[in-house]
Amino acid sequence: MLFRTEIFEDKHMGYLNIKFSLLFDPLSLFFLVVILLVSAPSALYSVGYMKGEYPGRKIALGWALLIAFIVSMALVVTVNNALIFLIAWESMSLISYFLVTFDTHSEKSVRAGVIYIVMTHIGTAFITIALLIFHKYAGSFDMNAFKAAASGMPLNIRNTVFILLLAGFGTKAGIVPLHIWLPYAHPQAPSHISSLMSGVMIKTAIYGILRFIVFTLGVGDLWWANLILVLAMVSCLVGVMYALMERDIKKLLAYSSVENMGIIFLGVGASMLFMKMEMPVLAVFALSAGLYHLVNHAIFKSLLFLCAGAVYKYTGTRNMEKLGGLIKSMPWTAAAFLVGAMAISAVAPLNGFVSEWLTLQAFFMGAVAAAGGYKIFLACAAAVLALTGGLAASCFVKAFGMTFLAMPRSVKYEGAKDASLTMKISMAFLAILVFVSAFAAAAIIKALVMVSGCATRINTAHMNFTLNNFTLAPQNGSGACLSTPAAALAITVLVIIAAAAFYLGTRKSKTVIDRTWDCGYYKLSPRTEYSATAFSKPFRIAFGFFLLPYTRTEKIRESFYHIKSFKYEVFFTPIFKRYIYEPAINAVFVIARHIKKLQPGSIHVYLAYIFVTILALIIFINRF
Amino acid sequence: MGLVFVIIQIALLILVAPLVSGIIRKIKNNMRMRKGPSVLQPYYDLAKLFAKDRVISKDTSWIFRITPFVILASTIAAASLVPVLASKISLYRMGDFLTIIFILALGRFFMCLAALDAGSAFGGMGSSREMFISSLVEPVALLSVFAVSMNASSTSIAVLSGVHAVRLSSIVAAISFFIVTIVETSRIPVDNKETHLELTMIHEAMVLEYSGPSLAMIELAAHVKQIVFFSILANVVLPWGMAGSLTGLQPAVGLAVYSLKIAGISLIIAMMEISMAKMRLFRVVDLLSFAIALSILAVIISAGGM
Repeated sequence: MLFRTEIFEDKHMGYLNIKFSLLFDPLSLFFLVVILLVSAPSALYSVGYMKGEYPGRKIALGWALLIAFIVSMALVVTVNNALIFLIAWESMSLISYFLVTFDTHSEKSVRAGVIYIVMTHIGTAFITIALLIFHKYAGSFDMNAFKAAASGMPLNIRNTVFILLLAGFGTKAGIVPLHIWLPYAHPQAPSHISSLMSGVMIKTAIYGILRFIVFTLGVGDLWWANLILVLAMVSCLVGVMYALMERDIKKLLAYSSVENMGIIFLGVGASMLFMKMEMPVLAVFALSAGLYHLVNHAIFKSLLFLCAGAVYKYTGTRNMEKLGGLIKSMPWTAAAFLVGAMAISAVAPLNGFVSEWLTLQAFFMGAVAAAGGYKIFLACAAAVLALTGGLAASCFVKAFGMTFLAMPRSVKYEGAKDASLTMKISMAFLAILVFVSAFAAAAIIKALVMVSGCATRINTAHMNFTLNNFTLAPQNGSGACLSTPAAALAITVLVIIAAAAFYLGTRKSKTVIDRTWDCGYYKLSPRTEYSATAFSKPFRIAFGFFLLPYTRTEKIRESFYHIKSFKYEVFFTPIFKRYIYEPAINAVFVIARHIKKLQPGSIHVYLAYIFVTILALIIFINRF
Repeated sequence: MGLVFVIIQIALLILVAPLVSGIIRKIKNNMRMRKGPSVLQPYYDLAKLFAKDRVISKDTSWIFRITPFVILASTIAAASLVPVLASKISLYRMGDFLTIIFILALGRFFMCLAALDAGSAFGGMGSSREMFISSLVEPVALLSVFAVSMNASSTSIAVLSGVHAVRLSSIVAAISFFIVTIVETSRIPVDNKETHLELTMIHEAMVLEYSGPSLAMIELAAHVKQIVFFSILANVVLPWGMAGSLTGLQPAVGLAVYSLKIAGISLIIAMMEISMAKMRLFRVVDLLSFAIALSILAVIISAGGM
């Protein structure tokens, strides 16, 4: 399907002869559906969320920016011209910058905005160079021409374009070590924007990679896939590790986005590997698994951000050390967050589990089919995914447990009320989508196979990864099966049987409500509760070689003998910032300082510059 | 018809599960030259707990109340995937070997939440430690599953339990999966179910707030989880001697072999428990690193075709 709408055609401006046309192949349609699926509840949510939070005119501005943001994302995934793609990409980045700094009075927002806009422009610069190289070979900005020209490009140019595109889109995707902006920018935006940024915006980077690398450029060499797989593994582990250490609930979710983008990249990388190894069935399957996780992450991450937003709106804090017990005052938000937390922790039978299972199956089948070292490489990638899954589960046990369970850790928030109706509806909608995308796995995988076939240019007519409408079966014949509806049914029936047996069997016994057992101390209070920092302590110690934690303690004394209170804070050495970004920024400043010497502010020196320049030009013109 | 056998098999597993714990306890006691309680003691304990009243903390929420059901249900659902009577008697269409790990994760997820729910520091400690150890054991479990499955070119349980050839890689994978079993069944040297000392508790710290019938359900789930892991070792990782179908004398021979294997595993576990001290929490990391290395070795051997 290709709909062309010609807006203008000017014969006098050769390279600006842009045909504005939209592309609606399965790949674009898929991303468009994901964008709309998450945008709708987020927009509805903003009605309740912005009310009372901002003055009327600011709400109107918020709506205008929101709509512009959604439209720009939709344009990014549908335009068929690289120049318009760049314009849409840039407007998406700029609009999201304004949304990140929406709380203009907050210094944090302004700082986050600066980091974001610098990083995103570095990324855009890489993409622009790559697309200009494409243009040089294709002679136009039309994406079809790009595709035709790609095969004629020399190998080293293709390698360069690949690296540029990976760096450019990797920045937007938040792939380690280019993730630095993500944990600043995503939490700082209003929550419905955080949900859109983490849920969909970073996915447009996956679109870029699929459209320009997999679809247009084709997989040039094995190391391309290996590089993506290694970066993906690193992103998974680094993202989840930092998420686990985080106390700010929205920052935790942002780091977890880094991790989940890593999982999606695992699918993409595996697909590229299998394409190069000439295993088309596996290539399509691996990419479908990655895209499945993309859909799932879009759903549950935006759900979690919306819930976190409700918590923030009604308690005024995002610090988990101060929250607690919200399940009683915010039961709807708590239930929705629980669904999202279970899904993202990949517990059966929800959707995060399905996509993780599919990715593991892709690695497994690849390991069986591949030769020698790749068997071990793929098995290790699967092991990294398993470790990530385990750590993510810990992270979300902590997030849910600290925020919603036990006693409130700070008395101030005891009176929090539940989210407003529009917010509840949007959260419920996304929570239901979690279940739908888990139980309709067979139907979804059929659609995704078509999308993957389009992206990898492989004919998928004969490929079938389902047994019937309810069961996934990646290998045909006697292979492994997974039926999420059956698993859900089995677990539900068993829960009902267990509950029935319980209540029938214990009719005569009593249930006493009493204090939590306190070893006879009689003074259990929020202060004796386990805290988020304490929860993550084993991880902090075991992974200390990477996190490099250090503590700062402070004794507040009443007198020399009596310590009134004790302050204990844990910090982590941000190794990427310290060893990559700070040296780079310092280098920029050092160079700038040297260049500054050219500008002494004296008119004599400037006249001398002009004289020297003219002299040089005269010599240049005469000599050549 | 298959479903009926699966249900019978699940019922048998649940029925026998506490007995295995009783036998392990008996072996341990006899080796220490003690008489010890009868092998049926776990049944008496369950019956006693089920008849008692229960105390619930006022700070808890509905998470605390539904958790025993979710744990029991998820454990039994995992049990339904494991073949015992014959290689195809399991709900292998519902999920594969990997699914078992993910279904058990559901129960663990709720267990850890319920532990945090009462607001006691014990629960938080247990929950944190449990998630720590289980997330480190996840890659070990997966790589052992991978190594075994690579030998059969499938992760389907029906296929895996039909492979009777014993390969070196399967044996190495069995050893690393045995370490997974120790961790998942809260055995020494990782955890100790017999003590309530806050320095060492993991599983017991999490269930500290549970009492009466709720505790009985969690205990039963723990027994079932144990037999699930033993059965995976006996019938999926090293399935030799298992009945191929339910015809003739096959199931009888298969069941006898199965019982011998379970008894063997119980004996090894009991011997380990009496001859070792519980490890410090951060020494467990070393054990698990060793297990990860072992499971990678299993994958390498399997890739080498042995």
